[in-house]
Amino acid sequence: MNKTVLKALIPLVLFLSLVFLLYNGLGKDTRLLPSALINKPVPTFSLPSLLNNKTLSNESFKGQMYLLNVWASWCPNCRVEHPMVTEFARQNIIPVYGLNYKDDDATAKAWLNQFGNPYSDILVDSKGLVGIDFGVYGAPETFLIDGDGIIRHKIVGELNPQNIQNELLPLIEKYKNTIK
Amino acid sequence: MKNIIYALLLLANSVFAIDIHEFKTEQQRLDYQQLTEELRCLVCQNQNIADSDAGLAKDLRNEVAKLVKQDMNQTQITDYLVERYGDFVRYDPPMRADTIVLWALPLFVLLLAAFIVIRTIKKNANSPHSQANTITNNTNEAD
Repeated sequence: MNKTVLKALIPLVLFLSLVFLLYNGLGKDTRLLPSALINKPVPTFSLPSLLNNKTLSNESFKGQMYLLNVWASWCPNCRVEHPMVTEFARQNIIPVYGLNYKDDDATAKAWLNQFGNPYSDILVDSKGLVGIDFGVYGAPETFLIDGDGIIRHKIVGELNPQNIQNELLPLIEKYKNTIK
Repeated sequence: MKNIIYALLLLANSVFAIDIHEFKTEQQRLDYQQLTEELRCLVCQNQNIADSDAGLAKDLRNEVAKLVKQDMNQTQITDYLVERYGDFVRYDPPMRADTIVLWALPLFVLLLAAFIVIRTIKKNANSPHSQANTITNNTNEAD
C-alpha cells in the first residue's frame, strides 16, 4: 500500500522540481552577467584624457574612491542615464570619472557640449582594449572602485535611483575608510 | 543572370565575419580557430565569437589573435578571458564544487534510466505472463 503511494508520488515530485526550476528562471534578465572582477584590483591602464593633454593611469586615482562610468555617444542608454550621472556627481559623494568607450573624440565632445559634462575627467578608450580588461560587454556600465584600487561593485546598464540607493551608497559607506 | 545574383548574395553573407590575421605557424592558426569557436560572445549569448558580428566579438577575436601571436597557449588565453569576463565566456564550463551538479546530473539521470531499463527487462524475462502477474500483484497490494 505505502509503496504504491510512494511510487505514484515520483512523477509529482519530478514535476514540481521542474516547475521550481523553470519558475526560478522566469523574469531573470539573462543579459546581466556577474563580474569576475568584484573584489579584485582594478586593471592597469594608461589612457589619454578627453578633456586635456594629460595621461591618466590607474595610479592617478590611488587613495580616492570613485565611480568609473563606461559611456559612449553612440549608446542610447547612456543618454537615458545621463541625468542620473549628473545628479550623482552634483551631490559630491565621490567623484565620477568617465571611460569613453569605442567612441570618436569629436563626437564625444559634441555629446558633452549638448548634454553637459558630469565627469571629473574622462579616459579615452577608443579601441575598447581597456574595456576588455575591465570585462566590459556593453555600455553603460559603472564600476565602484575604492581607495585601495579594488573594484567593489559593477552595475550593468543605467544608473537609477534604486541601484544608487540600494547598491552603491551602502558600499560607499562600507569602504569609505579606504579614502586617503 | 539569376545565378550571378545568387552567387553575390552568398558572397555577401560570408564576408561579414572574416577578419584577416596572419599567423606565423599552423599551430597558431589552429589555436585561434579553436579558441574563437569555444569562446562565447557576451552580447549575443548563443553565438561563439567566431560566428558573431557584434562589435565586442570582433574585439575579442582581435584580442585572441594578438595573444596567440604572443605564443600564449589555449589554456592561458582562456584563463586570461575568464579573469575578465568570468566563466560565462566559456562554452565548456570547468568542473568545480559549485558546478558539480551541472556535470553529475546527466550522469545520474543516465544511470537511473539504465537501472529502470534493466529492471524492466529482468521483470519481463522472469515472468512470461507479466501483464497478468502485475494485475494480481496490484490487487494483492491493494488488499
